[in-house]
Amino acid sequence: MRARRWLSGFREKEARTAYLFIFPWIFGFLVLTLGPMVFSAYYSFTNYGVQQIAHIAPTKTVGFDNYKQLYHDPYIGIALKNTFEYGLMMVPARIIFALLLALMLMRIGDRLGGIFRTIFYIPHITPPVAIGVLVLTLFNGPFGVVDKGLKLIHINGPYWLTQPQWIKPTIAIMDVWACGGTMVILLAALYGVPRHLYEAAAMDGASKVRQFFNVTLPMISPALFFCFIILTLAALNQFTVAYTAFFNSGNDTTTNSAALFYAIYLFRQAFRFFNMGFASAMAWLLFAISMTITAINIFATKRFVFYQGEQKR
Amino acid sequence: MSGVGQQENTPPFLEVGATNPMPQVVRSRWRPQPNASWITRIVFVLVLAFLSFLFLYPFEWLFAAAFKTRQDVLDNSFLPHQWSWNFTGPNLPQPAKQYLFNVFPVAHWMWNSLWISFLGAALVTISSAMVAFAFAYFRFPLRGVLFAILLGTMMLPGEVTMIPVYLLWNHVGNWTQANLHYRIGTGTQWPLFLPNLFGSAFYIFLQRQFFLGIPRDYFEAARIDGDGYWSMFWRIALPLAKPALIVTFIFEVQAKWFDLITPLIYLRDISTFTVPLGLKLLVDKFNLAGGSIPQYQLIVAGTLLLVLPMILLFAIFQRYFIQGISTQGRKG
Repeated sequence: MRARRWLSGFREKEARTAYLFIFPWIFGFLVLTLGPMVFSAYYSFTNYGVQQIAHIAPTKTVGFDNYKQLYHDPYIGIALKNTFEYGLMMVPARIIFALLLALMLMRIGDRLGGIFRTIFYIPHITPPVAIGVLVLTLFNGPFGVVDKGLKLIHINGPYWLTQPQWIKPTIAIMDVWACGGTMVILLAALYGVPRHLYEAAAMDGASKVRQFFNVTLPMISPALFFCFIILTLAALNQFTVAYTAFFNSGNDTTTNSAALFYAIYLFRQAFRFFNMGFASAMAWLLFAISMTITAINIFATKRFVFYQGEQKR
Repeated sequence: MSGVGQQENTPPFLEVGATNPMPQVVRSRWRPQPNASWITRIVFVLVLAFLSFLFLYPFEWLFAAAFKTRQDVLDNSFLPHQWSWNFTGPNLPQPAKQYLFNVFPVAHWMWNSLWISFLGAALVTISSAMVAFAFAYFRFPLRGVLFAILLGTMMLPGEVTMIPVYLLWNHVGNWTQANLHYRIGTGTQWPLFLPNLFGSAFYIFLQRQFFLGIPRDYFEAARIDGDGYWSMFWRIALPLAKPALIVTFIFEVQAKWFDLITPLIYLRDISTFTVPLGLKLLVDKFNLAGGSIPQYQLIVAGTLLLVLPMILLFAIFQRYFIQGISTQGRKG
């Protein structure tokens, strides 16, 4: 009986119109997301490659060979290590710097704060390819502007682009430079903290530091958590800046193993060497890693993240 | 029933009652703490002023370097010692000075990026708005499930679908070439903007939140007046949701203007390139590792052409950029 009533819901005019309205998305989801996911899973168990695209050789299922290859391919380990190292540098640096900026902007009044907010936001609208060019030019060893600036305070800057240990910090520095988006999100969260909480805390004799840790941080924790997840995913998908600065799209023999991020290696396997099967397996590994990290984040921060009006949801 | 002309016939009472569910970050709910002493504030302003110098310096350098000569380009002087126009000029072989618009079809690239960004943004705005309106206003079976799926797709890394989608476009390309004698697929610009016809999960989510903020009474009233569903959407929902639509539009223009990997996968012919891909080609050819004499002044001049339109867009739509981005944090 209930099932029949539920089914009859589809016959109502409102429901039919609704499905007409969402049809574009449903079509796109089936053809550009769900279908490709199924095919990607299938390809990851086959030898699908350049010969199969050209119909020269038949597609063969190879079982878990591609996934075993993930373990044996030396570059996978390098790429994962690079990506994690970069993420561990970039995510905390960007969040902490953005939070410091936002806290200062809060305290200097609306008019000046607005001007500074605009200034600090501008780097965020720099296209990643342009950031790659800035990496190549500003950080160009002793010729670049950065080392010349460091010379003014008597520091001999490193060869940022050729010393392998400095490549990831260079990209992370440019990410901190482009922290405007994170800053605006945190600023909005800071403005959302009700003032009476501070008044109550001050009444109880809490110091400024204490107020920050016991009022501000808990109240903005949802925004911090959101930024953390978004930036972690962005770090895992780092492609454009590193690819622009350190890889040659025409010449495939060069492999800069200090700048080889996971997404770059995946792209080269898929679209330069056309190892579609192996690249699909790589994509699913990336998916598994993203999901695991997000799940750990959600689980680990459940205790610390405080949502206002949580009961309702 | 539909049509752009009718948009002007929106009943006036709606505009009076229109609410703005977009959070206003600009208007702070509380003044800076009164007990924050003026010394603290002066110290903060000085620190921020110093930092804003560091933050803006790369732009200043970029502007200056684009007009420097080949020898001076990596220099740190605020203004070029010797001004040099690197964009257009006589086309002479290598030892002579090279000009950006001669070495590559840069004007083509600019035009390609421009129309692809704007067309793609227009498509995604309208299609996302339709879907978002349906999720916000209509009651229909499976609504919750479908919306959960929609949110789930935001978590999916693009790499997972990238390869099969490429193969799909390859098939579509071969099929259209054989049957329509016009290629729509890999090697053409169609895959860069056509998927925008099907909406995008993030924008749908953003706009749905906005549509939910419009009082339902407006739609009930329109229904009593005999409006159809489409005219409710077109005449009431869309005009009221203008801020959310603008945010969607400029975010997508930005996303398309930033995108390197999609053009890298789909485009082959140099004259069909977008600016980011073209710039990547410039970098490959003219940086130190490129094999020939490095010509950083050309790379920097091209970078300026990539950065400048975004700065213009930001200057015009500043408010929407900042409102749109601060809404993101409110998902929780």
